[in-house]
Amino acid sequence: MDNKNAAVSMRKITKTFGQDVIANKDVDLDIYKGEILSLLGENGSGKTTLMNMLSGIYYPDSGEIFIDSKPVSIRSPKDAYDLGIGMVHQHFKLVDVLSAAENIVLGLPGKLDIKKATLKIREICDKYGFDVDPEKKVYNMSVSEKQTVEIVKVLYRGADILILDEPTAVLTPQETQKLFEVMRNMKKDGKALVIITHKLNEVQEISDKVAVLRQGAYVGTLITKDTNPQEMTDMMVGHKVELNIERPEPVDPKLRIRVSGLNVVNEEGIKKVNDASFEIYSGEILGIAGISGCGQKELLESIAGLQKVESGSIKYFDDDGNETELVGMDPLKIKELGVALSFVPEDRLGMGLVGNMDISGNMMLRSFREGHGLFTDRKKPQNTAEKIVKLLHVETPGIETPVRRLSGGNVQKVLVGREISNRPKVLMTAYVVRGLDINSSYTIYELINLQKQAGAAVIFVGEDLDVLLQISDRVMVLCDGCVNGILDGRSAQKGEVGLRMTSLDAGKGEDR
Amino acid sequence: MKTKVREPKFHLVKRDDLSRYQRVLIRLLSIVLALILCATITAITTGINPFEVFGSIVSGAFGTARKTWITLQDLSVLLLIALALTPAFTMKFWNIGGEGQVLVGGLATAACMICFEQKLPSAVIILLSVIAAPLAGALWGFIPAICKAKWNTNETLMTLMMNYIATQLVSYFIIIWEVPKGSGKIGIINQNSHAGWMPQVFGSKYMLCILVALITMVFLYFYIGYSKHGYEIQVVGESENTARYVGIKVGKVIVRTMLLSGALCGIAGMLLVGSINHTITTTIAGGQGFTGVLVAWMAKFNPFTMVLSAFLIVFMDRGAGEIATQFGLNQSYADILTGIILFFIIGCEFFINYRIKRAEKHENKEGSSC
Repeated sequence: MDNKNAAVSMRKITKTFGQDVIANKDVDLDIYKGEILSLLGENGSGKTTLMNMLSGIYYPDSGEIFIDSKPVSIRSPKDAYDLGIGMVHQHFKLVDVLSAAENIVLGLPGKLDIKKATLKIREICDKYGFDVDPEKKVYNMSVSEKQTVEIVKVLYRGADILILDEPTAVLTPQETQKLFEVMRNMKKDGKALVIITHKLNEVQEISDKVAVLRQGAYVGTLITKDTNPQEMTDMMVGHKVELNIERPEPVDPKLRIRVSGLNVVNEEGIKKVNDASFEIYSGEILGIAGISGCGQKELLESIAGLQKVESGSIKYFDDDGNETELVGMDPLKIKELGVALSFVPEDRLGMGLVGNMDISGNMMLRSFREGHGLFTDRKKPQNTAEKIVKLLHVETPGIETPVRRLSGGNVQKVLVGREISNRPKVLMTAYVVRGLDINSSYTIYELINLQKQAGAAVIFVGEDLDVLLQISDRVMVLCDGCVNGILDGRSAQKGEVGLRMTSLDAGKGEDR
Repeated sequence: MKTKVREPKFHLVKRDDLSRYQRVLIRLLSIVLALILCATITAITTGINPFEVFGSIVSGAFGTARKTWITLQDLSVLLLIALALTPAFTMKFWNIGGEGQVLVGGLATAACMICFEQKLPSAVIILLSVIAAPLAGALWGFIPAICKAKWNTNETLMTLMMNYIATQLVSYFIIIWEVPKGSGKIGIINQNSHAGWMPQVFGSKYMLCILVALITMVFLYFYIGYSKHGYEIQVVGESENTARYVGIKVGKVIVRTMLLSGALCGIAGMLLVGSINHTITTTIAGGQGFTGVLVAWMAKFNPFTMVLSAFLIVFMDRGAGEIATQFGLNQSYADILTGIILFFIIGCEFFINYRIKRAEKHENKEGSSC
């Protein structure tokens, strides 16, 4: 292996969007063959933009790119492929109705020969240890399988330099391990790999070097084995960050919601929640673990009155123990009954907020009905907006900025801020830190803990099991819509939770 | 592998930093450019002095006091229809059934005038029209709305189909009411008694339309921008999921908004029949249900800006007739000129949203941008 010459050298790369958004400024980066490089940085630090310039999606405003020491100009993804660069994006770009093999050869010049292609795909899979059926249709695939197809697609086109944009965000711990296995095989084969990620434990596990970006600028490169999470975080954020999540003991827990025998069937007629029963108390955090599509979305939406329930009951208990049945209520009725229920849904701009409205307009979503007149009260939401911007340090030019212009972390702060501003008795959050950087994530964890201490019953659906096990008092595992065990957050093991997420038998075996 | 370094000549950059003043300037510039192109084409293809053509367009619209009044009246009808469509479009309910909603409003008015001529005093007939026309328009808006709310049907298709039903309905009644028999026309309704004719306002028969359009404009500005209903319309338009999430009943908002949209179109139809034409034909709406979409869209659904976009269309349309007669040019010639101007006005939005940036040489440190 030749480690002297970099496979890719980026020099003084600058990219701006519009007048004042600087995505990258004078970034230098070297990628070597036979190495895995982690690209680390907060949201909006320009990691994806930088890699998009390598894969031909954007063109840099200035700066130079060298491949094997030769200057190149990458103007389109095709140019990138010609140079042996392939990128696997966060959002998959596959055609659902086609098979894996068809997707892989799609867009390639020459005659279409699926048989030959299938053979070559099998060859690639055997070489690196992928597990993919070339004839399987994409719509039948799990997220992890789709990702595998994307990676094989890139390899099929002869890529020697692979870029993976947050590949583990959608995977279970077991699937992540499988991916890392494959990545190590590719590394052995002399490929150059770049992985963009937020998760420090994964950085440590998989990469040889870590390049850190901060606010579009290159901060430096660390050798992974010589560094630690604290150093990486400090470098990424630019100042010291406390990396502990608190877990205060629940104070005076009271029964808040009792779900019993809940069944939900979605619009396609698929059973999403299967006979779920559990309780949630005030002053505690109930974590919910499960792979995507395990029914957590439908479960939360049933409680919020957004999902039609087949059978079962959801009872809400107020401070005096009076019960209210929530099944069959819509969100407005639930509110009118005086149930202070807040919900931070998974799809922030698609459900929780209106992207084209400004921050105060989004505050109004919860309060516009107040007052008797025909007209909306604009003063109060404006005040709320100003308060949230100040309190949660939302980075925005002003409260008149449409929320879609804000970065992911700030969008989430606006949503969470609004949902906790009306002092909820029940707070439900789904993937509340998805896509957020470390700094914002810890701010959000703190806010959730404050709500818990204020006596709210918190349901926390998370994908990062480390966090889930650190913050939750109890962890409920969902598998295929079934409650597959409720574990104590203080003693539960990650491995066991992972196993219960993927296999109903795992839970049953232990229970017996 | 290609080793030659190729640079793109220029690329597009999105921008959102233009001041209000700059935006207006770009739009004005586009109209000036459009006029220059129009003049050049006129000079080349017809040999007529383009400034004479422009002059006669202006005199066609504003040449005499009467012409000016008619221009203003036409403007107010088009404005009213564009305004009527605005609540629906704000909700992203693509109501292209303005034409039909106007027609049934007109039909209801004609029915009141014809059926009650001898039986009721004129004032009562007017009152009945004022009730019946919005109701008819609202019904025409209600049918696609309830289908959308209940079964999520495609509103574009349905509102379009409703147009044809309205047209056929009007032809049917024209046969029943035709005067004289066999002519296939209704002619001026109640020509002698003037029963059911809309009253003059401030001593002018043109003022009523103008007044109604102005009141509607102010009403909609506050209704959409500042009322609770308007807020619900905006949220439903942006995201139905978000609307449901905060407990807005999406179906109810769709139906309520389309009732309003249809009713306003019905009023426009009432004015066309009761105040302007005093007759009804299948083409009385004259495609304004569709032109209204363009007017509303060009104004970005701002009720006040709609005056400008409606004015442009009406002005060109009125001028068209004039140049057709004065220079012996085909009526289509004015359409060509209108087309060129619209193309520039809509095209200039591109330059408001994007900036074209020349590629920089590697040696250059600072970028040159235009």
